[in-house]
Amino acid sequence: MSRWLDFDRRLREVDEDIQKLERLLAAPSISEERRSQVRAQIAEIRQREEQIVREVFSHLTAWDNVLLARHADRPYTLDYIGAIFDDFVELHGDRRFGDDPAIVAGLAPLEGRTIAVVGHQKGRDVKERQFRNFGSARPEGYRKARRVMRLAERLGYPVVSFVDTPAAESRLEAEERGIANAIAENMLVMSSLATPIVAVIVGEGGSGGAIGTAVADHVMMLEHAIYSVIPPESCAVILEAFGRDPKRGPEAAEALRLSAQRTLELGAVDEVIPEPPGGAHRDPGGAAERVKKAIIKAIQRLESIPTETLVTARYAKIRNLRHYEEQ
Amino acid sequence: MSQHRPTDNRSGAEAVPEGLWTKCRQCGNMLYQPEVSDDLYVCRHCGHHSRLTARQRIAITADEGSFREHDSAMRTSDPLDFPGYLEKLREDEAQIGLRDALVWGECTIDGIPVSFAAMDFSFRGGSMGAVVGEKFVRAAEHSIERRIPLLVFACSGGARMQEGIVSLLQMAKTTAAVGQMGRAAVPFIVVYTDPLTAGVFASFASVADIVIAEQQSLVGFAGPRVIERAFKIKLPPGSHTAEFQFEHGMVDIVVSRRELQPLLVRILRLVSPRREADAE
Repeated sequence: MSRWLDFDRRLREVDEDIQKLERLLAAPSISEERRSQVRAQIAEIRQREEQIVREVFSHLTAWDNVLLARHADRPYTLDYIGAIFDDFVELHGDRRFGDDPAIVAGLAPLEGRTIAVVGHQKGRDVKERQFRNFGSARPEGYRKARRVMRLAERLGYPVVSFVDTPAAESRLEAEERGIANAIAENMLVMSSLATPIVAVIVGEGGSGGAIGTAVADHVMMLEHAIYSVIPPESCAVILEAFGRDPKRGPEAAEALRLSAQRTLELGAVDEVIPEPPGGAHRDPGGAAERVKKAIIKAIQRLESIPTETLVTARYAKIRNLRHYEEQ
Repeated sequence: MSQHRPTDNRSGAEAVPEGLWTKCRQCGNMLYQPEVSDDLYVCRHCGHHSRLTARQRIAITADEGSFREHDSAMRTSDPLDFPGYLEKLREDEAQIGLRDALVWGECTIDGIPVSFAAMDFSFRGGSMGAVVGEKFVRAAEHSIERRIPLLVFACSGGARMQEGIVSLLQMAKTTAAVGQMGRAAVPFIVVYTDPLTAGVFASFASVADIVIAEQQSLVGFAGPRVIERAFKIKLPPGSHTAEFQFEHGMVDIVVSRRELQPLLVRILRLVSPRREADAE
């Protein structure tokens, strides 16, 4: 078991202790003296808990980050949509083949303007996980996102894209309906869409499946999200450097520099959004509040730029990522 | 630079040391080495298409002596400082004589000037990192500046893992450059060759104006073996081939290598925006 998962379990036990004490406080029979004792106890536990969180999170490994990004309690796209927007009208279907529940899309209000929202959606329980195909989108999902982004361009709405996918669906049916083409067409459209685009990688930014909806003027990553060209376990299986051993995924995770901070340092994203102490799953409301603020700030800035300048600057940003030498 | 047809068979038919004969990888028949390049590295007996290096591809496609390479010195800066990566690169450089998996330049084909790029599967599986991405974009920009078509021979295992997120972003970078070509109204022709998968298939190679594929090439988003392993399923034979992609509408024309050159010339004559100006 990872050091971090172990830590997470301990935190949950502490949470339960606090809840027990809080139930005690709520009991009508409790004396005033006992009540203040319990309060003090709770405060002490909380303080200790915060200290533990600070300590552990001050030196997270890349693998800890992978587990955090994939955490089953982590808020998903629809959780963010629900918390950030007062309304959300979901739009369905790619107008060609079908509707892919692994990507949601629709319109939402944000401070007096309308936003087009797209995002990968994972499932919470077994049934929903299957329904959402674990957040692995099919060609229809990417085409639905594209249709809604085109709609946003026509009507002059900014686009917000939530990214959270292990990878694009790759089995035969996806191949037959052109998953590679669907991803490429999205990048093509997003690279020149005549309206502001903001992308937020909220959990897993899994390779082609992620970048198929992550080409934007401003790309943000939550503090414990990951962005990677390949799952670290698969990387370890393929490369001799890790003995072709899936158990060496943690080493591959380190080497791939897939954490938000490393990704920012490489110039591959523009901003890291800090998460509440202990990770977004420990305070989904707080996480959503931070994401909302960051989105508003980004959109306000992008809206003030003339569209032509915006699109030119977006291309320049994508084009000028340089990690080569010439001599 | 490409006056002489290369006779090495590194990525082609199975090597028979020091001999004049090589063995076809598919049917096992013996092939007379001096005839192999004249046959475009296609087996006389069974028609099997051997994989070509970038240099071999240039030699059989560009008008003799017309190819001028650009940016041949470009190297990756190993942005992740990835374990063992530089050593692997140096090995490939020494063995293959390239500094990365894509060679680009300008040449003529039947007298028609084109911006030209060929990928090389023998260099790190033809994978796309910062150098492949940058060179592709420069080839695209060159075609825009000169108002000539871009012709790319694509073969690749996907994104270059050892460059992590930097290689993933090359998908967006190269695809965005295709958008620039579209706005500048210069045509982009891609030829899928064996094998083409993942990050390259799912980026610039999927949004070309005209898509040609060499017959029997493996073409797919995820390689069939990867899927069979990951999902523990058995795929039907013939999935993830050029023919399969054609059947599903992803490819314009599937051809044998023997038919490829005349087809390219016909297409270049139709789409080359410079032809009328040149004729004057």
